Amino acid sequence: MLTVLGAYSWINIRFLLEGAWVTILVSVCSIILSYIFGVILGIIRYVEIKYVSAIVGFVIDIIRNLPLILIIFFTYFGLPNIGFKPDPIWASVIAMAVFESAMVAEIVRAGIVSIPTGQMEGARSTGMTYWQALRYIILPQAIKNMIPAIVSQFISLVKDTSLATIIVLPDLMNHAQIIYGQNTNYTIPMFLALSVMYFIVCYSLSLLSQYLDHRLGTAKKSGEVEEVVQGAER
Amino acid sequence: MISIFQNYGSTLLYGLGQTLLCSIIALVFALVIGSGFAILEVVPNKFLRVIARVYIEVFRNIPLLVITMFFYVVIPMYIVEISGFASGTIGLILYSSAFIAETVRSGIQSVDPGQMEGARANGLTFWQAMRYIVLPQAFRYVIPPLGNQFINLVKNSSVLAFVAGFDLMYQGNVIASDSLQSMSTYLCVGVLYLILTLPLSYYMRYLEKKLA
Repeated sequence: MLTVLGAYSWINIRFLLEGAWVTILVSVCSIILSYIFGVILGIIRYVEIKYVSAIVGFVIDIIRNLPLILIIFFTYFGLPNIGFKPDPIWASVIAMAVFESAMVAEIVRAGIVSIPTGQMEGARSTGMTYWQALRYIILPQAIKNMIPAIVSQFISLVKDTSLATIIVLPDLMNHAQIIYGQNTNYTIPMFLALSVMYFIVCYSLSLLSQYLDHRLGTAKKSGEVEEVVQGAER
Repeated sequence: MISIFQNYGSTLLYGLGQTLLCSIIALVFALVIGSGFAILEVVPNKFLRVIARVYIEVFRNIPLLVITMFFYVVIPMYIVEISGFASGTIGLILYSSAFIAETVRSGIQSVDPGQMEGARANGLTFWQAMRYIVLPQAFRYVIPPLGNQFINLVKNSSVLAFVAGFDLMYQGNVIASDSLQSMSTYLCVGVLYLILTLPLSYYMRYLEKKLA
């Protein structure tokens, strides 16, 4: 029993927390990047610019249908073949950002589609240009509807950062593996700690999503958004 | 890219087969377990509801990799020797079943409560009403989201690469280090994954439009 409790010595906990810090850092960086690019790509896909939207839509479909692990491998091991060598942290941020932007773009498109067409027609008939109507009338309503779906997407992003251990990103999962690699007695305590840490982060985000759903009064509408979104994990 | 297919075609196809096998096994079990927990979530018994809720929240909020590594590292250490393929598939089943449970539950709850009440009033027991009245209607409603869960499952099966499951991703890594052409190898692997997921994805989109 004592050997098991030794797993939670201060040194190990601190090492795990260092890993958790990297996990959070990578998550936050890729959340910010994927939100910016996701919204831009989602709008481009929606507004139907000739050829551009079709190509963007096709690329988004392709990225969404590939496993994230493949994209991580491609960024870290594939890109050096053409002379671009990111370190593990940047490689995972880039890979996550590319994958999640495609996911967010689909949510944004679904959110815009869920706004009744009368809104756009009304805005246009009061003299706004197409872009003004999009910017001031459609998007504020759409973003409100899709916030819960986006938060859900970010929950799976946090979970998916664990996949980047395969390119030796020093994150929570990787640090836990190092600890139980040194002492096999620590295996179960480490998995327990891992599960609890990921669970706390993800479950509190999930509660936040439910709260926002409730607070914004979008429960029904965001359900519609999620119906339109393909492949959302929840 | 073509040279990769020529030299390592059989390895890639073997990996594709393993990925497909793992996905289908995981889909069948996850569907059964997931539907079971979805029903438990709507039974009148509060205790069963709490159990189902806990199961779903736990497996939804822990990364798939942690679940899989648990079965790969801990179970062989203390209980029984299992292969990487088996541990990966079990992890995938547990993880996906939580998402499927959530999907099916939303389907069950979207069925008008009057259906259940009417069935009960006609003398059916709760389970009979569930089996013959509510579930058939719920499943029609959840087919498109379930299809999306299957696409996710195929993509998530790449986690087998971590535990020597000999799936497509694993073979891709082997080939990449053998041929030293990482970029074209991963492109090939990507094409093979797209062959599995993209048609399914477009079919689900078509189905959604048709059912809507």
